[in-house]
Amino acid sequence: MIPPTFEYVAPKMLSEAVAALGGHENAKVLAGGQSLIPLMRFRLASPAVLVDITRVEGLSYINEDKGWLKIGSMTRQSTVDHSPLVREKYHLLADTVSVLSDPVVRNMGTVGGNIANGDPGNDYPATMLAYGAEVVAVGPKGERVIPITSFFIGLYESALASNEILTEVRIPTPKPHSGGAYLKLERKVGDFATAAVAAQVELDAKGKFKSVGIGLTNVGLTAIKATAAEDFLKGKDSSDENIRQAAQLAADASAPIADVRGSENYKRSLVKTYTVRALRLAVQRAKGG
Amino acid sequence: MSNHHIHVTINGKLHHADVESRLLLVHFLRENLNMTGTHIGCDTTSCGACTVQLNGKPVKSCTVLAVQADGMEVKTVEGLATNGKLHPIQEGFHEKHGLQCGFCTPGMMMTSSALLAQNPHPTEDEIRHAISGNLCRCTGYMNIVKAVQYAADKMATAEKAAAD
Repeated sequence: MIPPTFEYVAPKMLSEAVAALGGHENAKVLAGGQSLIPLMRFRLASPAVLVDITRVEGLSYINEDKGWLKIGSMTRQSTVDHSPLVREKYHLLADTVSVLSDPVVRNMGTVGGNIANGDPGNDYPATMLAYGAEVVAVGPKGERVIPITSFFIGLYESALASNEILTEVRIPTPKPHSGGAYLKLERKVGDFATAAVAAQVELDAKGKFKSVGIGLTNVGLTAIKATAAEDFLKGKDSSDENIRQAAQLAADASAPIADVRGSENYKRSLVKTYTVRALRLAVQRAKGG
Repeated sequence: MSNHHIHVTINGKLHHADVESRLLLVHFLRENLNMTGTHIGCDTTSCGACTVQLNGKPVKSCTVLAVQADGMEVKTVEGLATNGKLHPIQEGFHEKHGLQCGFCTPGMMMTSSALLAQNPHPTEDEIRHAISGNLCRCTGYMNIVKAVQYAADKMATAEKAAAD
Protein backbone atom coordinates (compact mmCIF):
# COMPACT_ATOMS: atom_id res chain seq x y z
CA MET A 1 0.00 0.00 0.00
CA ILE A 2 1.83 2.99 -1.35
CA PRO A 3 0.13 6.39 -1.65
CA PRO A 4 -0.59 7.81 -5.11
CA THR A 5 1.90 10.41 -6.30
CA PHE A 6 1.56 13.97 -5.09
CA GLU A 7 3.47 17.22 -5.03
CA TYR A 8 4.97 18.06 -1.65
CA VAL A 9 5.91 21.44 -0.27
CA ALA A 10 7.13 22.33 3.23
CA PRO A 11 7.04 26.12 3.57
CA LYS A 12 8.51 27.95 6.56
CA MET A 13 6.04 30.84 6.55
CA LEU A 14 2.32 30.55 7.27
CA SER A 15 1.55 32.94 4.38
CA GLU A 16 3.43 30.64 1.99
CA ALA A 17 1.52 27.64 3.30
CA VAL A 18 -1.82 29.41 2.77
CA ALA A 19 -0.75 30.42 -0.75
CA ALA A 20 0.34 26.85 -1.55
CA LEU A 21 -2.95 25.50 -0.23
CA GLY A 22 -4.92 27.94 -2.39
CA GLY A 23 -2.76 27.20 -5.42
CA HIS A 24 -4.41 23.89 -6.24
CA GLU A 25 -7.99 22.76 -5.80
CA ASN A 26 -6.92 19.38 -4.48
CA ALA A 27 -4.29 20.47 -1.95
CA LYS A 28 -4.33 19.24 1.64
CA VAL A 29 -2.53 20.23 4.79
CA LEU A 30 -0.13 17.64 6.20
CA ALA A 31 0.22 18.05 9.97
CA GLY A 32 1.40 14.94 11.87
CA GLY A 33 0.05 12.69 9.12
CA GLN A 34 -1.15 9.98 11.49
CA SER A 35 -4.62 9.94 9.94
CA LEU A 36 -3.96 11.39 6.49
CA ILE A 37 -1.04 9.14 5.52
CA PRO A 38 -2.95 5.90 6.28
CA LEU A 39 -5.94 7.31 4.34
CA MET A 40 -3.63 7.99 1.40
CA ARG A 41 -2.09 4.54 1.66
CA PHE A 42 -5.58 3.00 1.46
CA ARG A 43 -6.23 5.41 -1.43
CA LEU A 44 -9.24 6.79 0.39
CA ALA A 45 -7.60 10.19 0.01
CA SER A 46 -5.48 11.24 -2.96
CA PRO A 47 -4.54 14.88 -2.66
CA ALA A 48 -2.56 16.32 -5.58
CA VAL A 49 -0.51 18.56 -3.31
CA LEU A 50 0.51 18.10 0.32
CA VAL A 51 1.39 21.26 2.21
CA ASP A 52 3.49 20.10 5.17
CA ILE A 53 3.19 22.74 7.90
CA THR A 54 5.70 21.09 10.27
CA ARG A 55 8.35 23.62 9.33
CA VAL A 56 6.10 26.67 9.72
CA GLU A 57 7.41 28.50 12.75
CA GLY A 58 5.27 29.50 15.71
CA LEU A 59 2.55 26.84 15.57
CA SER A 60 3.68 24.80 18.56
CA TYR A 61 2.90 26.20 22.02
CA ILE A 62 0.66 25.79 25.07
CA ASN A 63 -0.03 28.88 27.17
CA GLU A 64 -2.72 30.62 29.16
CA ASP A 65 -3.76 34.07 28.03
CA LYS A 66 -6.71 36.23 29.09
CA GLY A 67 -8.97 33.44 30.28
CA TRP A 68 -8.07 30.96 27.55
CA LEU A 69 -5.71 28.05 27.17
CA LYS A 70 -4.19 28.57 23.75
CA ILE A 71 -2.65 25.61 21.96
CA GLY A 72 -0.82 25.93 18.65
CA SER A 73 -2.20 23.57 16.05
CA MET A 74 1.15 21.82 15.42
CA THR A 75 1.64 21.01 19.10
CA ARG A 76 2.25 17.26 19.29
CA GLN A 77 -0.13 15.17 21.39
CA SER A 78 2.78 13.97 23.53
CA THR A 79 3.59 17.59 24.42
CA VAL A 80 0.01 18.13 25.61
CA ASP A 81 0.15 14.79 27.45
CA HIS A 82 3.26 15.85 29.36
CA SER A 83 2.21 19.46 30.04
CA PRO A 84 2.08 20.16 33.82
CA LEU A 85 -0.33 23.04 33.16
CA VAL A 86 -2.76 20.74 31.33
CA ARG A 87 -2.49 18.03 33.98
CA GLU A 88 -3.09 20.50 36.79
CA LYS A 89 -5.99 22.55 35.44
CA TYR A 90 -7.47 20.89 32.38
CA HIS A 91 -8.55 17.42 33.55
CA LEU A 92 -10.82 16.77 30.60
CA LEU A 93 -8.05 17.58 28.12
CA ALA A 94 -5.48 15.58 30.11
CA ASP A 95 -7.82 12.57 30.20
CA THR A 96 -8.49 12.85 26.48
CA VAL A 97 -4.90 13.08 25.30
CA SER A 98 -3.86 10.17 27.53
CA VAL A 99 -6.17 7.79 25.66
CA LEU A 100 -5.83 9.34 22.22
CA SER A 101 -4.34 6.65 19.94
CA ASP A 102 -1.12 5.30 21.52
CA PRO A 103 2.03 6.84 23.03
CA VAL A 104 4.14 6.37 19.87
CA VAL A 105 1.50 7.86 17.56
CA ARG A 106 1.15 10.77 19.99
CA ASN A 107 4.75 11.76 19.21
CA MET A 108 3.71 12.62 15.63
CA GLY A 109 -0.02 13.40 15.92
CA THR A 110 -1.00 17.03 16.40
CA VAL A 111 -3.75 18.91 18.19
CA GLY A 112 -4.89 20.71 15.03
CA GLY A 113 -4.83 17.54 12.98
CA ASN A 114 -7.07 15.67 15.38
CA ILE A 115 -9.66 18.47 15.21
CA ALA A 116 -9.44 19.33 11.50
CA ASN A 117 -9.38 15.72 10.27
CA GLY A 118 -13.14 15.28 10.75
CA ASP A 119 -13.24 11.59 11.62
CA PRO A 120 -15.98 10.97 14.23
CA GLY A 121 -13.52 8.60 15.93
CA ASN A 122 -11.08 11.42 16.71
CA ASP A 123 -11.12 12.19 20.43
CA TYR A 124 -10.61 15.97 20.58
CA PRO A 125 -13.85 17.05 18.88
CA ALA A 126 -16.14 15.83 21.70
CA THR A 127 -13.79 17.29 24.29
CA MET A 128 -13.70 20.67 22.54
CA LEU A 129 -17.52 20.65 22.30
CA ALA A 130 -17.75 19.97 26.05
CA TYR A 131 -15.29 22.79 26.80
CA GLY A 132 -16.97 25.28 24.46
CA ALA A 133 -13.67 25.84 22.66
CA GLU A 134 -12.85 28.03 19.68
CA VAL A 135 -10.49 27.42 16.79
CA VAL A 136 -8.51 30.00 14.86
CA ALA A 137 -8.20 29.61 11.11
CA VAL A 138 -5.91 31.59 8.81
CA GLY A 139 -6.68 32.06 5.13
CA PRO A 140 -5.69 34.47 2.36
CA LYS A 141 -7.80 37.24 3.92
CA GLY A 142 -6.35 36.79 7.38
CA GLU A 143 -7.53 35.22 10.58
CA ARG A 144 -10.99 34.24 11.79
CA VAL A 145 -12.24 32.64 14.97
CA ILE A 146 -14.71 29.78 14.64
CA PRO A 147 -16.78 28.57 17.62
CA ILE A 148 -16.37 24.82 17.92
CA THR A 149 -20.15 24.36 17.82
CA SER A 150 -20.17 25.41 14.17
CA PHE A 151 -16.92 23.69 13.19
CA PHE A 152 -17.92 20.06 12.58
CA ILE A 153 -20.13 19.86 9.51
CA GLY A 154 -20.06 16.19 8.53
CA LEU A 155 -17.89 13.17 7.89
CA TYR A 156 -14.40 14.54 7.08
CA GLU A 157 -16.02 17.93 6.57
CA SER A 158 -15.40 21.01 8.68
CA ALA A 159 -16.05 24.74 8.55
CA LEU A 160 -12.51 25.27 7.28
CA ALA A 161 -12.37 26.57 3.72
CA SER A 162 -10.08 24.61 1.40
CA ASN A 163 -7.48 27.40 1.59
CA GLU A 164 -7.60 27.89 5.36
CA ILE A 165 -5.23 26.45 7.95
CA LEU A 166 -6.21 25.78 11.54
CA THR A 167 -3.56 27.53 13.63
CA GLU A 168 -4.82 27.55 17.21
CA VAL A 169 -7.32 26.00 19.58
CA ARG A 170 -8.63 28.03 22.52
CA ILE A 171 -10.12 26.37 25.57
CA PRO A 172 -11.82 28.57 28.20
CA THR A 173 -9.87 28.40 31.46
CA PRO A 174 -12.16 26.56 33.91
CA LYS A 175 -13.66 28.73 36.64
CA PRO A 176 -13.29 27.72 40.31
CA HIS A 177 -15.42 24.68 41.24
CA SER A 178 -15.06 23.22 37.75
CA GLY A 179 -14.10 19.71 36.77
CA GLY A 180 -14.02 17.50 33.72
CA ALA A 181 -13.46 13.93 32.60
CA TYR A 182 -13.13 11.87 29.41
CA LEU A 183 -14.08 8.23 29.46
CA LYS A 184 -13.39 6.03 26.45
CA LEU A 185 -14.02 2.38 25.76
CA GLU A 186 -11.56 1.01 23.25
CA ARG A 187 -10.96 -2.60 22.21
CA LYS A 188 -7.22 -2.10 22.40
CA VAL A 189 -4.86 0.83 22.90
CA GLY A 190 -4.75 2.77 19.65
CA ASP A 191 -8.18 1.76 18.39
CA PHE A 192 -10.90 4.30 17.77
CA ALA A 193 -13.44 4.54 20.57
CA THR A 194 -16.34 2.11 20.63
CA ALA A 195 -17.84 5.21 22.26
CA ALA A 196 -16.44 7.91 24.50
CA VAL A 197 -17.93 10.70 26.59
CA ALA A 198 -16.44 14.11 27.45
CA ALA A 199 -17.93 16.03 30.37
CA GLN A 200 -17.03 19.47 31.72
CA VAL A 201 -19.02 20.97 34.61
CA GLU A 202 -19.01 24.07 36.79
CA LEU A 203 -20.82 24.04 40.16
CA ASP A 204 -22.25 27.02 42.06
CA ALA A 205 -21.82 27.70 45.79
CA LYS A 206 -24.69 25.33 46.61
CA GLY A 207 -23.20 22.53 44.52
CA LYS A 208 -25.71 22.91 41.69
CA PHE A 209 -24.71 22.76 38.04
CA LYS A 210 -23.88 26.26 36.80
CA SER A 211 -22.68 25.09 33.40
CA VAL A 212 -22.42 21.68 31.78
CA GLY A 213 -20.75 20.54 28.57
CA ILE A 214 -21.15 17.00 27.24
CA GLY A 215 -19.58 15.70 24.02
CA LEU A 216 -19.87 12.23 22.48
CA THR A 217 -17.22 10.48 20.36
CA ASN A 218 -17.81 8.03 17.49
CA VAL A 219 -21.55 7.65 17.84
CA GLY A 220 -22.56 9.73 14.82
CA LEU A 221 -21.15 11.25 11.63
CA THR A 222 -19.47 13.93 13.73
CA ALA A 223 -18.84 14.35 17.42
CA ILE A 224 -22.16 15.17 19.11
CA LYS A 225 -22.90 17.89 21.65
CA ALA A 226 -25.56 16.47 23.96
CA THR A 227 -27.41 19.77 24.42
CA ALA A 228 -30.64 18.31 25.86
CA ALA A 229 -28.64 16.61 28.62
CA GLU A 230 -26.66 19.79 29.28
CA ASP A 231 -29.79 21.96 29.49
CA PHE A 232 -31.54 19.43 31.74
CA LEU A 233 -28.77 19.60 34.34
CA LYS A 234 -28.37 23.38 34.52
CA GLY A 235 -29.54 24.66 37.91
CA LYS A 236 -30.05 21.14 39.26
CA ASP A 237 -28.05 19.38 41.94
CA SER A 238 -25.70 16.53 41.13
CA SER A 239 -27.91 13.76 42.52
CA ASP A 240 -27.65 10.30 41.00
CA GLU A 241 -31.22 10.64 39.76
CA ASN A 242 -30.43 13.85 37.84
CA ILE A 243 -27.22 12.44 36.41
CA ARG A 244 -28.99 9.28 35.25
CA GLN A 245 -31.72 11.27 33.53
CA ALA A 246 -29.14 13.45 31.80
CA ALA A 247 -27.25 10.33 30.71
CA GLN A 248 -30.42 8.95 29.13
CA LEU A 249 -30.83 12.22 27.20
CA ALA A 250 -27.21 11.93 26.03
CA ALA A 251 -27.82 8.35 24.88
CA ASP A 252 -30.94 9.56 23.03
CA ALA A 253 -28.82 12.20 21.27
CA SER A 254 -26.35 9.61 20.01
CA ALA A 255 -26.76 8.13 16.54
CA PRO A 256 -24.41 5.14 16.43
CA ILE A 257 -24.21 2.59 13.64
CA ALA A 258 -23.56 -1.10 14.17
CA ASP A 259 -20.03 -2.20 13.25
CA VAL A 260 -17.29 -4.53 14.48
CA ARG A 261 -17.22 -2.60 17.75
CA GLY A 262 -20.83 -3.29 18.66
CA SER A 263 -24.52 -2.94 17.86
CA GLU A 264 -26.48 0.29 17.94
CA ASN A 265 -28.16 -0.66 21.21
CA TYR A 266 -24.89 -1.64 22.82
CA LYS A 267 -23.31 1.69 21.90
CA ARG A 268 -26.31 3.71 23.13
CA SER A 269 -26.21 1.83 26.38
CA LEU A 270 -22.49 2.50 26.59
CA VAL A 271 -23.05 6.23 26.06
CA LYS A 272 -25.51 6.23 28.95
CA THR A 273 -23.21 4.36 31.33
CA TYR A 274 -20.16 6.41 30.41
CA THR A 275 -22.08 9.69 30.67
CA VAL A 276 -23.07 8.77 34.23
CA ARG A 277 -19.48 7.91 35.12
CA ALA A 278 -17.95 10.93 33.35
CA LEU A 279 -20.37 13.32 35.05
CA ARG A 280 -19.74 11.76 38.47
CA LEU A 281 -15.99 12.06 38.02
CA ALA A 282 -16.31 15.64 36.72
CA VAL A 283 -18.42 16.59 39.75
CA GLN A 284 -15.97 14.91 42.11
CA ARG A 285 -13.11 16.86 40.54
CA ALA A 286 -15.12 20.09 40.67
CA LYS A 287 -15.49 19.55 44.40
CA GLY A 288 -11.74 19.20 44.64
CA GLY A 289 -11.72 15.41 45.02
CA MET B 1 5.94 12.59 -9.82
CA SER B 2 7.52 14.83 -7.30
CA ASN B 3 11.17 14.26 -6.37
CA HIS B 4 12.99 15.81 -3.47
CA HIS B 5 16.55 15.92 -2.33
CA ILE B 6 16.72 15.08 1.35
CA HIS B 7 19.49 14.71 3.89
CA VAL B 8 18.83 12.56 6.91
CA THR B 9 21.23 11.58 9.66
CA ILE B 10 20.71 7.90 10.34
CA ASN B 11 22.49 6.34 13.31
CA GLY B 12 24.95 9.22 13.26
CA LYS B 13 25.75 9.01 9.55
CA LEU B 14 24.52 11.65 7.11
CA HIS B 15 22.69 10.27 4.06
CA HIS B 16 21.79 12.28 0.97
CA ALA B 17 19.13 10.92 -1.35
CA ASP B 18 16.68 11.86 -4.07
CA VAL B 19 13.31 10.45 -3.09
CA GLU B 20 9.76 10.52 -4.37
CA SER B 21 7.45 12.50 -2.12
CA ARG B 22 5.33 9.41 -1.51
CA LEU B 23 8.21 7.25 -0.30
CA LEU B 24 7.62 6.18 3.29
CA LEU B 25 10.42 6.39 5.80
CA VAL B 26 10.30 2.64 6.47
CA HIS B 27 10.71 1.90 2.75
CA PHE B 28 13.53 4.44 2.51
CA LEU B 29 15.34 2.60 5.31
CA ARG B 30 14.68 -0.93 4.13
CA GLU B 31 14.75 -0.62 0.35
CA ASN B 32 16.93 2.37 -0.47
CA LEU B 33 19.47 1.88 2.33
CA ASN B 34 19.13 -1.90 2.83
CA MET B 35 18.65 -1.37 6.55
CA THR B 36 16.20 -4.19 7.13
CA GLY B 37 16.38 -4.20 10.92
CA THR B 38 13.25 -2.02 10.97
CA HIS B 39 10.29 -4.32 10.29
CA ILE B 40 7.02 -3.76 8.50
CA GLY B 41 4.12 -5.31 10.37
CA CYS B 42 0.55 -4.09 10.02
CA ASP B 43 1.42 -1.23 7.66
CA THR B 44 -1.37 0.82 9.27
CA THR B 45 0.14 2.53 12.35
CA SER B 46 -1.31 -0.09 14.68
CA CYS B 47 1.43 -2.55 15.58
CA GLY B 48 4.63 -0.54 16.08
CA ALA B 49 6.99 -3.09 14.45
CA CYS B 50 8.36 -0.26 12.30
CA THR B 51 9.12 2.06 15.24
CA VAL B 52 12.27 4.18 14.86
CA GLN B 53 13.38 7.26 16.76
CA LEU B 54 12.95 10.58 14.97
CA ASN B 55 14.89 13.32 16.75
CA GLY B 56 14.95 11.03 19.79
CA LYS B 57 11.24 10.24 19.90
CA PRO B 58 9.76 6.90 18.85
CA VAL B 59 7.52 7.15 15.77
CA LYS B 60 5.95 4.60 13.44
CA SER B 61 7.99 4.82 10.25
CA CYS B 62 5.22 3.30 8.08
CA THR B 63 3.27 6.52 8.68
CA VAL B 64 6.04 9.05 8.14
CA LEU B 65 7.13 10.19 4.70
CA ALA B 66 10.86 10.16 4.03
CA VAL B 67 10.58 13.84 3.03
CA GLN B 68 9.16 14.66 6.46
CA ALA B 69 12.42 13.39 7.97
CA ASP B 70 14.51 15.79 5.87
CA GLY B 71 17.11 17.44 8.09
CA MET B 72 16.27 15.24 11.05
CA GLU B 73 18.01 12.50 12.98
CA VAL B 74 16.78 8.95 12.72
CA LYS B 75 17.87 6.14 14.97
CA THR B 76 17.09 2.55 14.05
CA VAL B 77 17.75 -0.77 15.75
CA GLU B 78 21.04 -0.96 13.82
CA GLY B 79 22.19 2.11 15.75
CA LEU B 80 21.72 0.65 19.23
CA ALA B 81 24.97 -1.31 19.53
CA THR B 82 28.21 0.68 19.68
CA ASN B 83 31.59 -0.72 18.62
CA GLY B 84 30.21 -4.25 18.59
CA LYS B 85 28.92 -3.93 22.14
CA LEU B 86 25.22 -4.48 22.70
CA HIS B 87 23.08 -1.65 24.08
CA PRO B 88 21.71 -2.52 27.56
CA ILE B 89 18.23 -2.87 26.06
CA GLN B 90 19.53 -5.48 23.61
CA GLU B 91 21.29 -7.26 26.43
CA GLY B 92 18.07 -7.17 28.43
CA PHE B 93 16.04 -8.78 25.63
CA HIS B 94 18.76 -11.46 25.36
CA GLU B 95 19.10 -12.13 29.08
CA LYS B 96 15.40 -12.04 29.94
CA HIS B 97 14.18 -13.89 26.85
CA GLY B 98 12.30 -10.77 25.75
CA LEU B 99 11.60 -12.19 22.31
CA GLN B 100 9.99 -15.28 20.90
CA CYS B 101 9.49 -14.87 17.13
CA GLY B 102 11.40 -11.58 17.25
CA PHE B 103 9.24 -9.67 14.81
CA CYS B 104 8.18 -6.91 17.21
CA THR B 105 11.61 -6.73 18.86
CA PRO B 106 13.24 -3.87 16.90
CA GLY B 107 10.18 -1.66 17.48
CA MET B 108 9.94 -2.69 21.13
CA MET B 109 13.60 -1.81 21.65
CA MET B 110 13.35 1.57 19.92
CA THR B 111 10.30 2.52 22.01
CA SER B 112 11.71 1.26 25.30
CA SER B 113 15.21 2.70 24.80
CA ALA B 114 13.58 6.09 24.16
CA LEU B 115 11.62 5.64 27.39
CA LEU B 116 14.81 4.90 29.34
CA ALA B 117 16.55 7.94 27.87
CA GLN B 118 13.74 10.12 29.19
CA ASN B 119 12.84 8.17 32.34
CA PRO B 120 15.81 6.08 33.58
CA HIS B 121 13.86 4.42 36.41
CA PRO B 122 10.40 3.59 35.07
CA THR B 123 7.87 1.64 37.12
CA GLU B 124 6.33 -1.46 35.61
CA ASP B 125 3.19 0.56 34.86
CA GLU B 126 5.22 3.22 33.07
CA ILE B 127 6.96 0.56 30.97
CA ARG B 128 3.67 -1.09 30.03
CA HIS B 129 2.17 2.30 29.20
CA ALA B 130 5.16 3.29 27.04
CA ILE B 131 5.02 0.09 24.96
CA SER B 132 1.23 0.03 24.67
CA GLY B 133 1.50 1.12 21.03
CA ASN B 134 3.76 -1.83 20.20
CA LEU B 135 2.13 -5.22 19.77
CA CYS B 136 3.73 -8.60 20.49
CA ARG B 137 1.66 -11.28 18.79
CA CYS B 138 3.52 -13.94 20.80
CA THR B 139 2.09 -12.08 23.83
CA GLY B 140 5.50 -12.17 25.49
CA TYR B 141 4.95 -8.96 27.40
CA MET B 142 6.06 -10.29 30.80
CA ASN B 143 9.58 -10.89 29.58
CA ILE B 144 9.64 -7.72 27.51
CA VAL B 145 8.90 -5.75 30.68
CA LYS B 146 11.64 -7.69 32.51
CA ALA B 147 14.04 -6.92 29.65
CA VAL B 148 13.37 -3.19 29.99
CA GLN B 149 13.81 -3.41 33.78
CA TYR B 150 17.10 -5.27 33.25
CA ALA B 151 18.28 -2.50 30.94
CA ALA B 152 17.25 0.20 33.42
CA ASP B 153 19.21 -1.52 36.21
CA LYS B 154 22.20 -2.09 33.97
CA MET B 155 22.27 1.56 32.86
CA ALA B 156 21.91 2.79 36.47
CA THR B 157 24.81 0.57 37.56
CA ALA B 158 26.98 1.76 34.68
CA GLU B 159 26.17 5.37 35.52
CA LYS B 160 27.01 4.84 39.18
CA ALA B 161 30.31 3.16 38.24
CA ALA B 162 31.15 6.08 35.96
CA ALA B 163 30.38 8.54 38.77
CA ASP B 164 32.47 6.69 41.36
